[in-house]
Amino acid sequence: MGDRPLIYAGLFLFVALVTLPVWQGIAAQSSTVGPELKAPAHKKQCVAPRAYMREAHMELLMAWRDGKVRKHERHYTAADGTVYNVSLTGTCLTQCHGSKEKFCDRCHEYAGVSAPNCWGCHTSPPAEPGGVAAVAAGGMR
Amino acid sequence: MKLTRKDFLRVLAGSAVAVGAGTLVHAVGSANDKESAGSTVGKKRWGMAVDLRKCREEKGCDLCSRACHRTHNVPQIPDRAHEVKWLWNERHDKVFPFQQNDYTRQALGETVPILCNHCTNPACVRVCPTQATWKRTDGVVMMDYHRCIGCRYCMAACPYGSRSFNYVDPRPYLGTPNPDFPTRTTGVVEKCNFCEERLADGKQPACVEACPRNAMVFGDLNDGNSPIRQLLSGRYAVQRQPELGCGPSIFYLV
Amino acid sequence: MIMLDKAFTGSGRYWGWIAFLLVLIAVGFACYLRQLEYGLGITGLSRDVSWGIYIAQFTFFVGVAASAVMVVLPYYLHNVQQFARITILGELLAVAAVTMCMLFIFVDMGQPARVLNVLLYPTPHSMMFWDMVSLSGYLVLNLVIAYVMLAAEQKGVPAPHWIKPVIILSIPWAVSIHTVTAFLYNGLPGRPLWFTAILAPRFLASAFASGPALLILLCLALRRLTTFDAGHEAIRRLGVIVAYAMTVNVFFLFLELFTALYSGMPDHAEPFAYLFFGIDGKNGLVPVMWLSVVLALAALLALLVPRFRRNERVLALASLAVFVSLWLEKGMGLIVAGFVPSPLRTVTSYAPTAPEWGIVGGVWAVGALMLTLFYKITVSVREAD
Repeated sequence: MGDRPLIYAGLFLFVALVTLPVWQGIAAQSSTVGPELKAPAHKKQCVAPRAYMREAHMELLMAWRDGKVRKHERHYTAADGTVYNVSLTGTCLTQCHGSKEKFCDRCHEYAGVSAPNCWGCHTSPPAEPGGVAAVAAGGMR
Repeated sequence: MKLTRKDFLRVLAGSAVAVGAGTLVHAVGSANDKESAGSTVGKKRWGMAVDLRKCREEKGCDLCSRACHRTHNVPQIPDRAHEVKWLWNERHDKVFPFQQNDYTRQALGETVPILCNHCTNPACVRVCPTQATWKRTDGVVMMDYHRCIGCRYCMAACPYGSRSFNYVDPRPYLGTPNPDFPTRTTGVVEKCNFCEERLADGKQPACVEACPRNAMVFGDLNDGNSPIRQLLSGRYAVQRQPELGCGPSIFYLV
Repeated sequence: MIMLDKAFTGSGRYWGWIAFLLVLIAVGFACYLRQLEYGLGITGLSRDVSWGIYIAQFTFFVGVAASAVMVVLPYYLHNVQQFARITILGELLAVAAVTMCMLFIFVDMGQPARVLNVLLYPTPHSMMFWDMVSLSGYLVLNLVIAYVMLAAEQKGVPAPHWIKPVIILSIPWAVSIHTVTAFLYNGLPGRPLWFTAILAPRFLASAFASGPALLILLCLALRRLTTFDAGHEAIRRLGVIVAYAMTVNVFFLFLELFTALYSGMPDHAEPFAYLFFGIDGKNGLVPVMWLSVVLALAALLALLVPRFRRNERVLALASLAVFVSLWLEKGMGLIVAGFVPSPLRTVTSYAPTAPEWGIVGGVWAVGALMLTLFYKITVSVREAD
């Protein structure tokens, strides 16, 4: 019977630890509304449907990566017949999505997904026009 | 039969080992996947001939090296220990050891541009434990910086000193990077890629293009009519240490 | 698993030693985190000398691991009863040593997060793949054998029959781990120092000298610190093994020196010239190598004269000399000098940096901690009998 305070203290500690991320979120005043991504004005469709890209963009990027580096597949034909250059910096970012900061980081930060290490090697077009230094300083967090 | 807790744990451990072994066997079985061997490139063998006579006449010229390093975001690291080099000038007697007596012109400090030899039988490819480096059917010895684990076995294997390791983050040593080519990250090995990204666009390698004297001739060694073959059939050419059996694709016209 | 509790009771001295090892491990780990953050530029390695003390220590401890066979083989194949009580010490030493080897490889990797690529893209034409296969197999073999044997001993029942073939299998397997490790080096064009067909036999000879030498020291330490006594006869026989193996090892080294130096072929002679005399004033390894030679000769003198060898104090000193001598020669000189001169005829010095030593110390401490716990359990099981 004398263990009762210990047991309750332990339980309290457990619950507090398990719910820690919730409290952290509240403390940081994060919102449940996700970042709004602006679709590029000049394109109606990404290389694959939006839902697929949202869910499986890394799979596609890895397939592009292995295809280009290891199998000499330098072009990608989308379902609608459009042919794209296989290039993270050149196609994805430069042609449509702007920069790593404007596009990748916003979602990844919101979702708390640590960025894959693409940017240890690949360069992003500068977030602000003319800001070349940002490219050189960019990198992994 | 009563299963005791200990027996249960044993069976559990045993099954874990069995599953692990199964995975390994499966993996070994699929080792011969077509990924690295199967390439859509035709039966070419890219090679290069360097006319050392022209280099000699332009003593101190390093335009090829600069063009290469600028094109491929090769960092300029001042610490000799951590240097990264793809194409650079080296003293003749170091490039061709034991090849000349002490009295020739070559012994007196002449330099030779050297790069990855893109061997027909590359030792680096043989030793790489992850196929992060492999030979394409067109003879280009490739590096996959995504796959390299940084064990540096290839550096021990390469008898030409053509490979560099990123001991430190290369980015601070880049100046303004070329946006059309990636940089590398700490902990991977890198080397000359024979400008495979330019070859894919039908261009000549950057070093070849940069040379004002056309001292470097690049082409298909399997094509008897190619300019490089014409050149090699007319002049005396040497490879670096051919006795090692690696079969370099870089020839030096002496 | 049932025996782990034995590791949690011990004297103040026992806990003091454990705490000391944990501090070393913590220091090593801190150094490793710095290396992970900064890159291998934190070490003394360079473009020319691209493998250093991590890989050299890996090579040395593969030998220590393989040497378990020197107690297992006489006992199981030749019924040398004196080794009955110490075969398990050898097998447990192998487990600790193989773990150290794997850690040394791991800390040497530039991209350790990608270590599983070795399994995801298995490459049979790479000797590193086979080294991984043979080392992990050897680890499993010795873990299983030691556990089964000790469990049987604890219960006072004979070991199950199926363990015998497993033990027999571990004998050629031990030879295989060091042969494959030699193949890592001696199949490379352009590294003349390693390009020698007797590299594998040399590795085995030095392994069978350094491992049993360490085992002698461990047995003597156990006698002093615990109730466990390996017995004079077992230690004497280990001494004989060290004497033979060390003689063969020195003989092999002499063969290498003769071939390289008498032929006068520069690319074979130069690495030895670098090791023993230095080139262009770069002579960092010269004291290391001469110390190794002096210790080797002193040890041989003590081991080859039976009157000296039978004196356990002398034997202990000789074993220490053998271990240190081979540690210097194989755990440093052989690997580093393979890169000197470089393929571009450049002599580059290498010396481990402070963080590098910190990491090496941490890996040693992991090995010593494993060994301490293993031997504590073993001794406790035997005391209970």
